[in-house]
Amino acid sequence: MSVLVYLESWEGNFKKNTWESAFYAAKTAEMLGTEAIGLCIGNLNEDPSVAGQYGISKVLHLEDAAFNSFDANNYGAAIAEVAASQGADTIILSGTFNGKALAPALSINADAALLTNVVALPESSSPFSVKRGVYSSKGFNILSSDASKRVVVFVPNSLALEAGEGSAAVESVNAGAGDTKAVEVTEVDRVKGKIPLPEAERVVSGGRGLKGPENWGMIEELAEVLDAGTACSKPVSDMDWRPHSEHVGQTGIAIKPNLYVAVGISGAIQHLAGVSASNTIVVINKDAEAPFFKAADYGIVGDAFEVVPKLTAALKEFKANN
Amino acid sequence: MHNILTSAFFRLFSRHRQYHFSEYLFMKVLVCISHVPDTTAKINFTADNSAFDKNGVQFVINPYDEFGLTRAVWLKEKQGASITVLNVGTAETEPTLRKALAIGADNAIRVDAEAKDAFFVANQIAAVVKEGDYDLVIAGRESIDYNGGQVPGMLAALLKWPFINACVSMEGEGETYNLVREIDGGKEKLQASLPFVVAGQKGLVEEKDLRIPNMRGIMQARSKPLEVKSPVDTEAKTQTGVYSKPAPKSAVKMVDAENMAELVRLLHEEAKVI
Repeated sequence: MSVLVYLESWEGNFKKNTWESAFYAAKTAEMLGTEAIGLCIGNLNEDPSVAGQYGISKVLHLEDAAFNSFDANNYGAAIAEVAASQGADTIILSGTFNGKALAPALSINADAALLTNVVALPESSSPFSVKRGVYSSKGFNILSSDASKRVVVFVPNSLALEAGEGSAAVESVNAGAGDTKAVEVTEVDRVKGKIPLPEAERVVSGGRGLKGPENWGMIEELAEVLDAGTACSKPVSDMDWRPHSEHVGQTGIAIKPNLYVAVGISGAIQHLAGVSASNTIVVINKDAEAPFFKAADYGIVGDAFEVVPKLTAALKEFKANN
Repeated sequence: MHNILTSAFFRLFSRHRQYHFSEYLFMKVLVCISHVPDTTAKINFTADNSAFDKNGVQFVINPYDEFGLTRAVWLKEKQGASITVLNVGTAETEPTLRKALAIGADNAIRVDAEAKDAFFVANQIAAVVKEGDYDLVIAGRESIDYNGGQVPGMLAALLKWPFINACVSMEGEGETYNLVREIDGGKEKLQASLPFVVAGQKGLVEEKDLRIPNMRGIMQARSKPLEVKSPVDTEAKTQTGVYSKPAPKSAVKMVDAENMAELVRLLHEEAKVI
């Protein structure tokens, strides 16, 4: 028995998120007393043997025109087939958009239990149990399964990445796409240079306190100096000041960055639900009574239009000296 | 009587579907409805932390499902469709199904069972879909209680239907639909042919477009059919254990608005996030 991890790539490139998956799988394999095998799907610009630094013993590379565009059922079927051929009983995915989309099909194809929204390394191996977020991060639950196989989908930024020495052997592998009709992808439209929110390590978010979409320049400047993704509260996206894809909170995207900077957001319970898993929260609000301060690590009472440019300047100075 | 006539009508139509490519199809749409605590609800667990404490909690249609339900109502209004809403749960979920009927669904089905886990629920829905000859299933991307995001994708895999997750747009008529889904850092446009499963969210319709039950809808909903079905035999694959709440945050450290250098120092030296 072994652990298989899907090493996701984007237009042929890996991200830190890929290596977090590798590291998660290696740590899980260590707990189970077995090895962790990586699986890459599609054309690659980068060398996947780097996965060895994170504890992966071997990387399988599936290259086939059938997988040039994403289809949840096709990818799920292929990963299940590779898992079966490798005798893997534990399959690890990161909770990216594609990871979340394919995990259910994978679990059905592999006849495995599915454990999603997992926030840490597995708790125990017998029965296999994990800690997962429930009620939009307002609670946690220990979920266990005595099924013989399982798929684990963890929330990005769930563990601190450690790189060691090593290089994984790379082998090619074949697998079929299953017999479900695929969707036909007509266009992939990624915003260049934009950091996807679910995996962003730092996020700067703006609320109604910013008064209008024309004032987002300072949010973007702060995000740029922090190398952060940009987000917004629900009212801001509902008023179309910012795109839906930036809405973080209970009915938007739930995030788990190292640093979350909230500007002009009062901190309604629905917003806190989506962001309270953040490691460090900085709240900037002119209202000292804003409920968000209770959930914050650092608070600044002040006018966002004065505080944010000062913070950006201070960060630039810090970066110049460090 | 009404029920028998309309279902006979659907069957007639679905049999002749292949002859109606150029026309609007009269579709049978199934919308999956989760019964979840209101978004403003305070979350507490029972004294032994073995379950969610329902005391004093108001339950609502899962917000992600609401977008899908309104989108289905649009299909019905624009091109003709019948909408069935479905929940797998005990009798306490019926007020939520009635609300969905008041918003514009035609009939409801409740599979009478505790929703043990996603695999169990997906199998129940798959059985309903196979029996009911549906053309399209719309569900929410996830439910705001268990946040699993599993049921729609499992359902699609069980049915061997195409699956579109995190769907933010669905436009089309006839057999083929143009859809948009969220992906990391952007969007993906795609086409799919009926039947398929959509896991939707805001964007499928906008927040301002969400239908709210009006008095007429509420009155009509009372007499709309709500069928209770027995579950099919399926084992759950997972078991929930102890619940807990996040550890309380330590007190907030206030930093003077004039002293951003101090905040930067704290973020670097204390929080170690920059």
